[in-house]
Amino acid sequence: MAKFDVTKHELVPKHSKLTEKERKELFEKYAIDMPNLPRIYKSDPAILALDVKEGDIVKISRKSPTAGETVFYRRVVG
Amino acid sequence: MPKKKKEESKVEEVVAVVEQKVEAVEPKVDVAEKVEEKSPEIEKQQYSRERMEAVSHYIYKQVSSVVFGVLSPKMIKKMASAKIVTPELYDKEGYPVDGGLMDVRLGVIDPGLRCKTCGSKLKECIGHFGYIELARSVVHVKYARIIQLLLKSSCRECGRLMIAQEKWAKAKSHLDRIELEEGPESRRLAVKALIESKGGKCPHCKAKQSKISIEKPTTYIEGDKRVSPIEIRARFEKIPDEDIEVFGLNPKTARPEWMILTVLPIPPVTVRPSITLESGERSEDDLTHKLGDIVRINQRLFENINAGAPEIIIEDLWDLLQYHVTTFFDNGIAQLPPARHRSGQPLKTITERIKSKEGRIRHNLAGKRTNFCARTVISPDPMLGLDEVGVPKIIALKLTVPETVNEWNMAYLKKFVSNGPGKYPGANYVVRPDGKKKKITDETKEASLEELQPGYIVERHLMDGDVAIFNRQPSLHRMSMMCHRVRVLPGRTLRLNPAVCNPYNADFDGDEMNLHIPQTEEARAEAEILMQVQTQLISPRYGLSVIGCIQDAISGNYLLTKLGEMPREDAVQLLACVNVTDFSRLPSKKLVNGREIFSVLLPDEFDYESASRSGDKVVIRKGILMEGIIDTKSIGGEGEGLLLRSLHKKFGPARTIGILHQIFRLGIEYLVQHGFSTGIADEDLPQEAREQIDQLLHQAEEDVAQMIQSFKEAKLEVFPGRTMRETLELKILERLNKARNACGQIIKAFVQDKNHAAVMIMSGARGSMTSLIQMSACVGQQAMRGKRIEKGYRERTLSCFKRGDLSPEAHGFIIHSFKHGINPKEFFFHSITGRDALMDTALRTPKSGYLYRRLANAMQDLRVEYDGTVRDANGRIIQFAYGEDGIDVARSESGKIDVQRIINEN
Repeated sequence: MAKFDVTKHELVPKHSKLTEKERKELFEKYAIDMPNLPRIYKSDPAILALDVKEGDIVKISRKSPTAGETVFYRRVVG
Repeated sequence: MPKKKKEESKVEEVVAVVEQKVEAVEPKVDVAEKVEEKSPEIEKQQYSRERMEAVSHYIYKQVSSVVFGVLSPKMIKKMASAKIVTPELYDKEGYPVDGGLMDVRLGVIDPGLRCKTCGSKLKECIGHFGYIELARSVVHVKYARIIQLLLKSSCRECGRLMIAQEKWAKAKSHLDRIELEEGPESRRLAVKALIESKGGKCPHCKAKQSKISIEKPTTYIEGDKRVSPIEIRARFEKIPDEDIEVFGLNPKTARPEWMILTVLPIPPVTVRPSITLESGERSEDDLTHKLGDIVRINQRLFENINAGAPEIIIEDLWDLLQYHVTTFFDNGIAQLPPARHRSGQPLKTITERIKSKEGRIRHNLAGKRTNFCARTVISPDPMLGLDEVGVPKIIALKLTVPETVNEWNMAYLKKFVSNGPGKYPGANYVVRPDGKKKKITDETKEASLEELQPGYIVERHLMDGDVAIFNRQPSLHRMSMMCHRVRVLPGRTLRLNPAVCNPYNADFDGDEMNLHIPQTEEARAEAEILMQVQTQLISPRYGLSVIGCIQDAISGNYLLTKLGEMPREDAVQLLACVNVTDFSRLPSKKLVNGREIFSVLLPDEFDYESASRSGDKVVIRKGILMEGIIDTKSIGGEGEGLLLRSLHKKFGPARTIGILHQIFRLGIEYLVQHGFSTGIADEDLPQEAREQIDQLLHQAEEDVAQMIQSFKEAKLEVFPGRTMRETLELKILERLNKARNACGQIIKAFVQDKNHAAVMIMSGARGSMTSLIQMSACVGQQAMRGKRIEKGYRERTLSCFKRGDLSPEAHGFIIHSFKHGINPKEFFFHSITGRDALMDTALRTPKSGYLYRRLANAMQDLRVEYDGTVRDANGRIIQFAYGEDGIDVARSESGKIDVQRIINEN
């Protein structure tokens, strides 16, 4: 069976890795630090292809029934 | 001051018991608070240095960790202030025996005496522990499980944990992970599993192991021999500290041999106070009884051992001691017969005190009870303001409000004092500045009156205008507790305006509600600003009004605005009834219509445009209702009334509440003056309508018969993805529903405004078109899970039908109406769906209630920060924008903000 790419599925929102600069801006914007962020497993199928390591931040833009599109940030944990 | 005094002492009792409880648990767990200046690393991460420095001066001492452990025998002796040696409680003079269970060194429970240990009086002395030296050690039931696991995991000879040296590190990391994920309990289980899989030999000393089983609750058997607690203790003593750590215990605070009791701590007498009966007899607490048993058996065991009695006798006594110690901790163990009083009622020992709904935690610690509250049945009173609550006079005589005396209110308050507790606007207590509380009675009245001066506090009766918090359970909502103004009324029920039933979800079929009277200025201000009914008008759930007109008020306004033409005099009369005094807004002509009367209540500068239930336009220009009929879509509650929302937005909560109240009363008053009632005649249909309906239903039956025919001939056009049978079912259902709805159209065409059942339906006040159809035309298809009824016998629903009968009547279509009467077959089908619906609600209500509770508990400390993020108590982000769109629903219209309209309006 051909391997199924979950990221292509319509229900899987877009995941992307944050650059160092974006990271800084994010921390600045919400006046937060790493532990305040929600988590995502490194082994999460949606970010396997992103080549992230623990401590990285993933940005998730998803469709929302109330707001059109919303952004979420999650820190990668093991 | 007898009564008040009693109440106070009761409260203190509860507090005292709570304190004692903590100590009572201590035989099991040692609570050590380590106050460390250096905070652990996690905290360092969470708080930046600047943040810590900014707040650190608030923190005097920070608890950095709480450690639970097991008390060591040494510790038990150290914290004990008396050794208990005799089961006797009192001597002949009734004085506590030294070394008895009521030893004076264990604390005071009699007023007037001083504690022998600490020297403080009753209530000041929290009590002191004692101990018993057990003649033979016994197992602590609550640790039976851990003891079992450790026995299985450790070597009987060398005491090492039976994990081979070379696998040590690997096992450790494996176990650490399990502990992190599932907790220490799972870790211990994993240790056992790890060792059991390796089988019978110790990897360290190569000693052969035999199987250890437990005979519940506290007997351990190795092979076929019993392992005595003494042996277990000896084995545990051999286990090195490192091994214990791997097993999942902290050897510093919980050495496993401490789980076998050699000394037993005796809880202080304050934990188990005796009660003196009226006859002067003393009745001891259950715990004291149990401890008496333990001491008695312990003594006998000692004597027998010293006398060199045969082993069988000693063992029997030992078992008995084990039983008593076990039931002292837990009297609800399945394998043991519970220890009982002489009367046969089981003793309440330590576990029973803590556990379950009536236990210390859920009842005393998590339970919330207050003074200054009232509870009775509620009843409606539309003459009360929406923000008022009617309080019976007898309740007003008991509930009080404290008022501090000053120069200016002295005379005013003296009047209450001189009225005393019995005459209505009176007072029950006077509090002196030193805090002494004095009850006002007919005898003390004069004295109190004399000494009253600024600084004193008078607890006067509840009066009109006082602030009260009104509540109905379940309090799922913030609108379940609202602040009302008191109105003292005759009668015995609490009264509220029926319009505020919605937020409380109250009705008057016997509901009871609670009333709380805030006692401080701060509490009152908070209640008024945050909880007043006005402020709760717009629900944070959907951004529309929760409070609105209901039932009669809607029907009344509907009829008024539809056909309320009347002479101007009558209109003035009507409006005067709802407190309108300015009639200049009523047109000066002989006949005024309902819309003009309704418009009088609206503010001049009010514009509004919307639709009524029937889809017609409702237009208000400059406070005049130009066209349209007012119904539930305009003035209803629970997210229906858009007019209320508009009023609220434009004129604010206070004004809206006032207008709503007037509209409400106008509706009712119109009905009062014009009459409104419903009866079975409202379900009558004219001959013509009857015929039309009959024909319609007949036609439907024929159509269905035809469908069945074509199904049998396999000519039916099949829906995509369905079988022919399924297609037939769908088509039949659709056709029959269509027929019933068509009945509705016919009924609608024939009903008139004098049919009050129909009026209620049209205005949206109560009832539905469906129920009217069911009553007067046709009950319709009885469906279960979206399908026609198929249950019953093989290929048929009832034995009176032929097999494979697909006709409507054989599958639960009820062609008759309730009023006409339904036949036995139909009645049976109706009962089937009726029972199904009943079961469904009966099962769903508690389930959804529990689900809601869990959600509320999980989310109770989330909050929206100023930057729009939703965070929990630790500052962790849950949502980056509240609701993903950052909209405060309470300030929106059903969750949306109409930007276009805002632009248009400005």
